[in-house]
Amino acid sequence: MATAHAQMETKWWSGGKSPFNVEYGKLMMWYFLMSDAFTFGAFLISYGTIRFSQNYWPDPNQVFNAFPLAGHANLPLAFVSLMTFILIVSSVTMVLAVHAGHKNDKQGVIKWMIWTVIGGLAFLGCQAWEWTHLITGDHLTLINGEVKELGTTVTMNPWGPAANVAGHDGHHVSTPGPVAFGGYFFGITGFHGFHVLSGVVINIVMLVMAINGTFERKGHYWMIEKAGLYWHFVDLVWVFVFLCFYLI
Amino acid sequence: MEHSVQEITFHHEPGGDEVVKKIIKTTVILSVITIIELGLGLLMYAFPMAEVLKLFLKGVIVILSLAKAFYIVGVFMHLGDEVKNLIMTIVLPLLLFIWFIAAFLYEGNSWKTLRNTYNGAPAVTAPAEQHAEGKH
Repeated sequence: MATAHAQMETKWWSGGKSPFNVEYGKLMMWYFLMSDAFTFGAFLISYGTIRFSQNYWPDPNQVFNAFPLAGHANLPLAFVSLMTFILIVSSVTMVLAVHAGHKNDKQGVIKWMIWTVIGGLAFLGCQAWEWTHLITGDHLTLINGEVKELGTTVTMNPWGPAANVAGHDGHHVSTPGPVAFGGYFFGITGFHGFHVLSGVVINIVMLVMAINGTFERKGHYWMIEKAGLYWHFVDLVWVFVFLCFYLI
Repeated sequence: MEHSVQEITFHHEPGGDEVVKKIIKTTVILSVITIIELGLGLLMYAFPMAEVLKLFLKGVIVILSLAKAFYIVGVFMHLGDEVKNLIMTIVLPLLLFIWFIAAFLYEGNSWKTLRNTYNGAPAVTAPAEQHAEGKH
């Protein structure tokens, strides 16, 4: 607060300096992220509108209850919690990379950027597994009086209300649910996953530049800071994707 | 990027261990909030409860998520350390979301009411077909 007060008394608009006290690239990154927030917001609100317009919506605890190598064990939200923690941790390693950059600590930047890239790749791997599991999964669904095994896709949603039919091996049988579920799930988590992918690519570029000593020659690590803003934004969006698709 | 070096920018990052301490503290806060959110989510799954109570718990989860967003933006992205005018140019446009969310969720709810009123019985059994005609 004391520094904020001191900044207030500076004449920011008298010329000769950045009135926002940041360099151009960082400011534009902030405005890009703001516009990206509206893009994600529009997607999520559209999802909310459709969900509110339905009489039935699948319970995330039933849909997302699988874990790799756990077979048919019922572990609601366990895997997505792991994904969430992976992303939070990679965000933390990114902050530490930015912090090392402020101290012009090349080895620190390299170390933490490597961890951030690993975190991003781990998240993408988890998402690939989750998608595969949902698309190829076989959930017993009652269609036209016949029990079929369906996966979750953009055109099929086997997670409707329970059907009054006994499934084999005591498995739960459902009627088809709102078809929009898959479209929104794959669309929005896919858009987020694409952001993670591009973030990983950007982070790898930053890592290579740091290793080559590009930032050392420039005398500052501001690029790491900008890549960091983007990476944190990816984590921020995940907070809301996690909220809208898995928690509520 | 070379020209930007000539800009006069003030160094406003506090250096040293206090930053790392703050990062660790924020990490712990984010993790704890996430665990609480998961706990509430599983609570709704494990115990059948009244819709009103469920709605209340979901509201709590939404507020906890906003708290997480506040910590990520404020601490990890250092928006809290920026000049006030910059913070305002980012935060004020986001206020549009209040109207955006309220209007569209109201719209969705109205859509459901109309559908249930004019399409005969509530669409619990066949929401898929009904949805197809009004998608997007």
